[in-house]
Amino acid sequence: MTLDLLATRYNYYAVALLLGIGLYMLIESANLIKKVIGMNVFQTGIFLFLVTLAFRAGGNPPVVTEGAGPYVSPLPHVLVLTAIVVGVSLTAVALALVVRIYSKYGTLDETTLDQLYHE
Amino acid sequence: MSNQLIVSLVVLPILAAAVPPLASLRYDRVGWAVATATALGHAAVAGALAWTVWTDGVVRYAVGGFVAPYGIELVADGLTVLVAVLISAVSLGVLAYARHAGPHTNTFYSQFLLLVAGLSGMAVTGDVFNLYVFLEITGIASYGLVASGPGGRSSVAALKYLVVGTVGASLYLLGVGYALAATGTLNMADLSVKLAAVGYDSTLVLTAFGLIVAGLTVKVALFPLHTWQPDAYADSPDSASAFISALVSTVSAYALARVLFSVFTVEFLVAVPVARWALVGVACVSIVVGSVLAVAQSDVQRMLAYSSVSQFGLVIAGFAVATPLAVVGATVHLVGHAVMKGGLFAVTGIIERRTGASTVGGYAGLGGREPVAAGVFALLALAMVGVPPAVGFVGKWYIVLGAVDAGVWPVVAVLLGSTLLTLAYFARLGERLYFAEPTIAPEPAAADGGESVSTAMTVTVVVAAVLAVGLTAAVPAVDQLLDQTVFELIRQ
Repeated sequence: MTLDLLATRYNYYAVALLLGIGLYMLIESANLIKKVIGMNVFQTGIFLFLVTLAFRAGGNPPVVTEGAGPYVSPLPHVLVLTAIVVGVSLTAVALALVVRIYSKYGTLDETTLDQLYHE
Repeated sequence: MSNQLIVSLVVLPILAAAVPPLASLRYDRVGWAVATATALGHAAVAGALAWTVWTDGVVRYAVGGFVAPYGIELVADGLTVLVAVLISAVSLGVLAYARHAGPHTNTFYSQFLLLVAGLSGMAVTGDVFNLYVFLEITGIASYGLVASGPGGRSSVAALKYLVVGTVGASLYLLGVGYALAATGTLNMADLSVKLAAVGYDSTLVLTAFGLIVAGLTVKVALFPLHTWQPDAYADSPDSASAFISALVSTVSAYALARVLFSVFTVEFLVAVPVARWALVGVACVSIVVGSVLAVAQSDVQRMLAYSSVSQFGLVIAGFAVATPLAVVGATVHLVGHAVMKGGLFAVTGIIERRTGASTVGGYAGLGGREPVAAGVFALLALAMVGVPPAVGFVGKWYIVLGAVDAGVWPVVAVLLGSTLLTLAYFARLGERLYFAEPTIAPEPAAADGGESVSTAMTVTVVVAAVLAVGLTAAVPAVDQLLDQTVFELIRQ
């Protein structure tokens, strides 16, 4: 049973992988742009998780027509749509800040920024 | 009528936020007027809503006519209206301060109004996903406000805040996903029933709790998830740091309380002692480490920022203890801390403008030179330490009584110790202000009399100081308000 679950639920591997890679990039990379990319990858992991939740075997797209059921759950899709909009706005704000930091300090490297601060 | 009140708390500032950028096409500097008119309207709505809840009890509103649990529900109970009134009051205070202190750009006030909308939304929503959206609106607006400072430092602080804050909100969203997987619903009231039906020992429910609480803890800035907060507070303009320090963490702590009491309920905390102890543990560590870090700071604003880490530990400890007394205490301290900390940030701004002093050493001997500002600072600091009859004392006292009631002795010990720790960092400043010779030469800004300070700025901080003491008189009313509408959630 457990083995069967491990073998069939490969979507969740991708979720765990994306969350892990995103978080690692966000923490480990000194480059501010890569941090923002890491943040996006992390959020994508969550989107995939939510979309996977909606799936049911043999389900059809949730457009109600005669005899088309069963449907996959539409609710998580709506959540992901909203969360994508939120993610895009966050990325826009983050990139605007990165542009401003670059024009002030001429670097995108976190360690260089730290050194500039302590001089 | 009252139904429209609750939704206009959010709609009013969102719509008004669009006005300043549009007006920029023709006029400069109308942002302040628009924001002030909106904040006055917001205050009237919040007051009317508070009155409705006081007389008629909990108010519910189904957005767009879609009934709960399918649609989004807005709910106002005693705790909600307290937070809503606090948001209005602090907005008006900060606007009075920012009239002269700036920033004066239209976009600043647009973001200011978006932040008011986001915070109000977090206060009134009865839907966990809707809470996520408002959490992010609040987040984006506060990143913008932090970045509105002139230097590059504010941008760096804002980016750090953005990255850490986004991870927090994302963890919350992941937790919501787990709760959705377990129950198939997002409505808070519906979740509380269905989570119980699924069983509190279910892995899904426990994971949802862990992720949601971890996410909100980032936003509240409890140790060790506070790393964004000192830079964000210290490197932003004074108006923004007063506003953000007074409200953003406060409303996030409110959201955490809402999740604890309305979604997971006290039965969950009783059934899963490890969850309660984890929360109490994080809160206690935060109280102690926040204070120790505050003592170690030489910059006054950074010290105040670390002090928030410690004070929010107190609030969360009160909510985690979850007896009626402790919840009243935590609520009083939540509101009281907002007034005191906002006032403290505003008054450090005034002192820095007048004298250029921003470090603990620089405050030496200012008591004689700046009697009003130094007096306000000292009064607010004593209120924060918890000297009776200030509101800081009442909050802590109720939390301690509640913890004794519940027999949570570690909290009692840490709370009593924390008063000494708070004294440790504020007494040092009091000693500098009043008893130290001004050994350090006046900083350059002081030579030409510094930047000007308007009467409105001074009045704002004096009002904050008066409220820090006067709010004590409102505590019985808070008790009664919570008794009518919130305690049914926490009676065990």
